Amino acid sequence: MLAKRIIPCLDIKNGQTVKGVNFLDLKEVGNPVEMAIKYSQQGADELVFLDISATDERRKTLIPLVKEIAKNINIPFTVGGGINALENVEELLKNGADKITINSAALSNPKLITEVAKRFGSQCMVVAIDTKFVRNQHKVFSNGGKIETENELFSWAKEVENLGAGEILLTSMNTDGTKTGFAIDITKTLSELINIPVIASGGAGTMQHFEDVFTETKATGALAASIFHFNEIGIPELKNYLKSKNLPIR
Amino acid sequence: MNTVIIDYKAGNVQSLLFAIERLGFSAKITSNPDEISNADKVIFPGVGEASFAMNSLRETQLDLLIPVLKQPLLGICLGMQLLCKDSEEGDTKALGIFDVSVRKFPDSVLVPQIGWNQIYDLKSDLFKNIPEQTYTYLVHSYYVAKNESTIATTDYSEAYSTALQKENFFGVQFHPEKSGILGSKILENFLKL
Repeated sequence: MLAKRIIPCLDIKNGQTVKGVNFLDLKEVGNPVEMAIKYSQQGADELVFLDISATDERRKTLIPLVKEIAKNINIPFTVGGGINALENVEELLKNGADKITINSAALSNPKLITEVAKRFGSQCMVVAIDTKFVRNQHKVFSNGGKIETENELFSWAKEVENLGAGEILLTSMNTDGTKTGFAIDITKTLSELINIPVIASGGAGTMQHFEDVFTETKATGALAASIFHFNEIGIPELKNYLKSKNLPIR
Repeated sequence: MNTVIIDYKAGNVQSLLFAIERLGFSAKITSNPDEISNADKVIFPGVGEASFAMNSLRETQLDLLIPVLKQPLLGICLGMQLLCKDSEEGDTKALGIFDVSVRKFPDSVLVPQIGWNQIYDLKSDLFKNIPEQTYTYLVHSYYVAKNESTIATTDYSEAYSTALQKENFFGVQFHPEKSGILGSKILENFLKL
């Protein structure tokens, strides 16, 4: 049976792992390669690396970092942040990334999703969607949550699926960093609406939160950062807990 | 021992190379027909789209070379699918070593299948010391039905082939280089055949 995935996420800024709350107040939390090795050994099912560096210096640190991670881990990993052209995708895959994720570039240039899917296959094309509930609507935000777009979550997700995305990484900006649980409502609606895998992100604080998102929604992966980075929940402990709840877990 | 990884611009050859190196072996990434012909082991990787990949193979005439190779060859993911007769993906005629068509998963399941799933009914030296129901990492929208060459089975919409073998040709739908310690062991088993 296909197992539910536990996915630690490492936000990378200038070569270091950082973590914020509600997308703000960034703190450095460690070396991404060392953290990747640790999580891989602990049984993480995948890793996600999001480069949130604001400067053009980012490419200089990102590619060698991707290569170093690929050298050292034997589980799949996804890389995102600042990807806006087919060449960026090719370079990342060539250096060891297994999948790439785009967010703002998908919003400004939706046909990039199709181009990547056609060239490298849907399976490596993850579209990340950051969403916040504003004025009674689930709106999609770009540029690391800074800019509100015209798009509404569910219609955008459907469009992304039709354009050839292989997976959606759904982050609720309302719950991100709050440790109050995943946004079950939108994750449930979205995972029932589309027929590609959904990874839930934002808000994990307890092991129960993972159980809830896997039992109440059709999400096949759950992503979290701070609880793993700050050793609040260990991955082996979490996986044992979910197994004890009869969830399919590797 | 001389191992080559076929480079045809479709796939994540780098992570495969790293996985081989972690096992203490080396490999050369190449599209040179002589180097491929003279290798002891050939790995035929693939992450990508079938018709694009077949076009790349045709441009370099590797589509003619691969089927006549005599040494052990391991197709991975799309590499395994391209060893089959044809694929629904891009309505592609493939290499025809395995006489079976590659089909798309039905809408009754999430497509692509992404994640860790179990392999069972393991039948080849490729799976020496690999327990039944081992989890492997899979990422794919198209699949190969069970057939006489099936050496590993996985359940997703139906019981389908996650590995194939016919003579010197092996194929795995999962990514051994991304399937943790046991995945590495499967890769090592191939390199030691």
